[in-house]
Amino acid sequence: MLKKRDDFEDILEERRNCSDLRYALKCYTPVVYKGLTPCKAGVLKNMVLQSDQLHYVINQVSKETGKAPEDVQEEASAILEEMAHRMQLSTVRFFAFTLCKVFKTLFRSICVNEEGIQRLQQAIQEHPVVLLPSHRSYMDFLLMSYILFTYDLALPVIAAGMDFMGMKIVGEMLRMSGAFFIRRSFGGDKLYWAVFSEYVKTILKNGLAPVEFFLEGTRSRTAKSLTPKLGLLNIVMDPFLKGEVFDINVVPVSISYERILEETLYARELLGVPKPKESTSGLFKARRVLSEDYGSIHVYFGQPVSVRSLAEGRVNRCQFNLTPRHIPKRPSDDVHSFVNAAAYRLVRAQEENMVLKPWVLLASLLLQNHHQDLDQDRLTEEALWLRDVCRQYGAFLHWPDHVPPSEVVSSSLDLHRGLVRISEGRVPAGPSGPGVHPGAGPEEQLLNQAVVVLSCASYRNQALHVFLRPALLASAMHIATSSNKQEVFNSFSFLRNMFSNEFILCPGATMQDFEEACFLLVKTGVLQITEQEVLSTHRGHRTLAFLTRMMDPFLQGYQVICMFLCEEASEALTEKTFIPAVRGFMVKQLLSGRLRYTEVLSSDLQKNALAALLRLGAVLKTKGADQTTLKVNRVMVNSLEDTLGKKPLQHLWFEFSS
Amino acid sequence: MASNSSGGSSDRQRIAQQRLSIIAGHLQRPEDGEWAIGAEECKAQGSKPNVSSKGRTVPRRRQEIMKWNGWGYVDSKFQFNKKGQAEFTGKRYRLSGMVMPALKEWFESTFGASLQHKTPASAIPNSSAVQPPILNEAFVEDLKSTGIPFSQDAEDRVFRAHGHCLHEIFALREGKVGRVPDMVVWPSNHNDVVKIVELACKHNVCLIPYGGGTSVSSALECPPEETRTIVSVDTSQMNRILWIDEKNLTAHVEAGIVGQELERLLNESGYCTGHEPDSMEFSSLGGWVATRASGMKKNIYGNIEDLVVHIRMVTPQGVIEKSCQGPRMSTGPDIHHFILGSEGTLGVVTEVTMKIRPMPEYQKYGSVVFPNFEQGVACLREVLTLITNVFAGHALKPQKFYITKFKGFDPNRLCVATLLFEGDRERVLQHEKQVYDIAAKFGGLAAGEDNGQRGYMLTFVIAYLRDLGMDYYVIGESFETSVPWDRVLDICRNVKERIIRECKERGVQFPPLSTCRVTQTYDAGACVYFYFAFNYRGLSDPVHVYEQVEHAARDEILANGGSLSHHHGVGKLRKEWMRETVSRVGMGMLKSVKDYVDPGNIFGNRNLL
Repeated sequence: MLKKRDDFEDILEERRNCSDLRYALKCYTPVVYKGLTPCKAGVLKNMVLQSDQLHYVINQVSKETGKAPEDVQEEASAILEEMAHRMQLSTVRFFAFTLCKVFKTLFRSICVNEEGIQRLQQAIQEHPVVLLPSHRSYMDFLLMSYILFTYDLALPVIAAGMDFMGMKIVGEMLRMSGAFFIRRSFGGDKLYWAVFSEYVKTILKNGLAPVEFFLEGTRSRTAKSLTPKLGLLNIVMDPFLKGEVFDINVVPVSISYERILEETLYARELLGVPKPKESTSGLFKARRVLSEDYGSIHVYFGQPVSVRSLAEGRVNRCQFNLTPRHIPKRPSDDVHSFVNAAAYRLVRAQEENMVLKPWVLLASLLLQNHHQDLDQDRLTEEALWLRDVCRQYGAFLHWPDHVPPSEVVSSSLDLHRGLVRISEGRVPAGPSGPGVHPGAGPEEQLLNQAVVVLSCASYRNQALHVFLRPALLASAMHIATSSNKQEVFNSFSFLRNMFSNEFILCPGATMQDFEEACFLLVKTGVLQITEQEVLSTHRGHRTLAFLTRMMDPFLQGYQVICMFLCEEASEALTEKTFIPAVRGFMVKQLLSGRLRYTEVLSSDLQKNALAALLRLGAVLKTKGADQTTLKVNRVMVNSLEDTLGKKPLQHLWFEFSS
Repeated sequence: MASNSSGGSSDRQRIAQQRLSIIAGHLQRPEDGEWAIGAEECKAQGSKPNVSSKGRTVPRRRQEIMKWNGWGYVDSKFQFNKKGQAEFTGKRYRLSGMVMPALKEWFESTFGASLQHKTPASAIPNSSAVQPPILNEAFVEDLKSTGIPFSQDAEDRVFRAHGHCLHEIFALREGKVGRVPDMVVWPSNHNDVVKIVELACKHNVCLIPYGGGTSVSSALECPPEETRTIVSVDTSQMNRILWIDEKNLTAHVEAGIVGQELERLLNESGYCTGHEPDSMEFSSLGGWVATRASGMKKNIYGNIEDLVVHIRMVTPQGVIEKSCQGPRMSTGPDIHHFILGSEGTLGVVTEVTMKIRPMPEYQKYGSVVFPNFEQGVACLREVLTLITNVFAGHALKPQKFYITKFKGFDPNRLCVATLLFEGDRERVLQHEKQVYDIAAKFGGLAAGEDNGQRGYMLTFVIAYLRDLGMDYYVIGESFETSVPWDRVLDICRNVKERIIRECKERGVQFPPLSTCRVTQTYDAGACVYFYFAFNYRGLSDPVHVYEQVEHAARDEILANGGSLSHHHGVGKLRKEWMRETVSRVGMGMLKSVKDYVDPGNIFGNRNLL
């Protein structure tokens, strides 16, 4: 299970020893796509505005709305103006210089796999390239451009959300460093979609620059990978499917932060404190952030994935032969399922190369430790055990083997002292940050506690993809009525289906996932699987307990939401009021001690659960005049609740803590 | 439209002019009265029966003048002389006897080939190496009684067991011979064919029509599973022009005639067909019909389906033909289109009435160099618009003008278009100027008549080049497709790249030659040729590698909106893609025609379906 992965190089090291200015002004001559016909930004806009694709849509819109084609053309031009990047090397150099200073203050190191860089360089020359970084922080795309500049690679053109544009000067500067801005939602706007997609395709087809965007669509507040958004991926695959380029290289990039800048910000947001609007002044207030230590960053440029080989045997490209290619068409079913499968595959490729720090293991352990203080030795022992499990599962774990384990643990705890207190060598039960004031009211105390828990959970979540399949199997064994293999599989399938909005689980891969989980757990001696039965071994107990507890907060969260929908939800429940109502219900449950996991307060979990229930048809949406109401299928929700909580969770707990 | 008697003048110039106005009538809608005045008196317009068929014909023993294991004439080939310089032997071509010092360098640098590494062809297999014929004695007896000449000689049979696909020639050069026809017959007219087909049906014998043998679709390969006697029906002796009708500008010709003979004989009478496929030296009229052939001058004269007025074919069910020579009919689906492209699966085409034209008064070559392929293709499109405009705007004499080829040189991005203008002098010069003006708009530079002419000549000798390559570990082939205009550049890029990539993946040690050209233009698209060759040193089964790459290239062509074939046909080589090409129902239609016309599968070459 040990995967071959590249070594890292710290790019800050050199920066600490020589002039940042010289670095920023260095000779920059990146290799370019071999088929490139160079063109200026103005020419690019003309290419887009004069494309057959756009002409077609302009005429269509003009016919539908009765506006003159010239006016629609004007609109298109304005949209493009609002959207387009204006990359300027001078701005890039300015950013390079500034970011140097910032990065050196914030981070101990920025580690990059240089072999990945070399592969990328090769890929850029051969075919148009799409960069797909994971998205955990605002830093991501600045960091990406910074790294590419450092390695003398072509700077990407980056799809950014419009909200950045609100940041006056910074927005413009981002634009000049290669960002282009897209509205957050433009579902029905044909013209906008046409301008946008043609803009991206023109850049890509001509190999003008690598196109960068975030598959997850937005920053993951939980550090779990988000269900991929298909819009942009559809657009960038289109030129290949229609034969306009020979191939496209898609490069997943995994950016792992030892400590996320937005850590508590995210937690508050998940608990319902709305996210501050991106504003320049807000960014400067973030200066306080500058004085802290954020550890190191690992950036792993994955193996370039050829869209051509992905599509081989999956998409019949002849389907585009019978209509002119410039007429926009909804993707056919096979194209849709191909793009969807590719998206999942790429997200998994991102996950796979995420570097896990020892703290991720500590956070996972601390979250499971509810009722007794741990001394640091015990914690170290557990961490070492988990480290070995992790490695057996093929995780990309950076555990410094040359440092004594106790030091590894204490330095990790130290870096995250905002989240965990250590007193006299003992780590108190559960995560407990300094934000917990004994004087506050019970609800406020609970919320403060939740901020810390959710922050910790975001670190545990970094390792979720490693454990996910075995953990689902472990949980499935618990909710199954017997150890019969088919029944365990059914439970596994049920959980997988239930949680497919929560975790990255490729559609249609239930069997593979089940087999993968079985394989891992059998290989590590946790399970014995016969023709008929799935049985746990004696020495597998510890692992199973760990895995089940990892899933528990999710199971309990979904279960409570079902409970809420059956018991509390009124007829007037709307999409908008769902989250606050659920949250209120949960707070009550938590305060009364009927609920264990404060983690369930995460709005992410609540939204995912609702999406799952809607998908399963347990809740139905009815669109009213001004709001969408939710109609609950009580029978179904009730049965889901029962299945999720087949064995009382309490019982599980005692079984494992004895 | 009464004919206007011109008073019996015998002035040749006037007659020629009248002919031209008749052609103008073929091409134009009658817009004014002037065009139709020149019809002639009966004397000069009657048919000329039995126009001379003496002169060069293809002998029954083809191997006397043609290579048995390569392209073209025995006496003509490329070779490296003692000094290591390339030369072209013989006396037949402009290139013959010339030394080409640059060829060696090109050859070595393009393929990484070396004159030291030779792969000579093996000698012609003796008769013991060829399977003894499976003979249906009763058929042979009956055939003897008809007096139609036939042969069971091994060389004759081997010669007719293949076309010119790479794998076919490669096998011959290695002395490998598979299933070959069991006998060869040489009918000398339509009636002979009728007798042969009758006997074949009577005795359940498999017939494979053979014309010029230039197939590149495995169409002539004998199905190895065929257990009946296979008789190759060599039409080469049916090579007469039976009559020329100057009034209607048609000629009635036996289908075995080869292209160059047809042109030569028509030229003697001042006419031409204008149908000039690259293989016209050897390919036959019947073959053109059976494969839906296309010539490089098709923009003026049309493709074979536009040129035929009447077709006669002998099938197991009898003779199929139309009852009149009307230029167009609305009588249900055109039965000609069951015959055109039937690839020898339905019967033998014996006689064809074809349109003819007076020979052009003036010819001029030309060429244009473009900075890149993209510009060149854009220019071609525009030129095509010009042609349409000219014809639509003027009711004048026909202007003969076409692009003969268009070649992309990849590494330098440079590309050349070669041009041939035909017509009356004044018009040709005017057109030439227009074309160069358009070319200039696309960055094209006139590159002289010589280059143009050379390009045109090369068309005929290019096939000889492959044989040279095969002497030195280089194998290759060209294949074609047709594609809408908006796809031309994309398909060229993707297919070339696919070839290069597939070669690499399959262990070809040297970078392959992978290039293309646009050879024909239509209003709605173009015909694109791909050239693919590589040095196979170090490969244990080069032909298999070649076939895999070509297969992948064809997949790529189809995925990029290209057709299965523009004019080479399907044969057995491209059969597997037929269903997706013409749909299941389309296949059913074709099958039902076959089932009706030839229920006993007498024409059992198994092409197409």
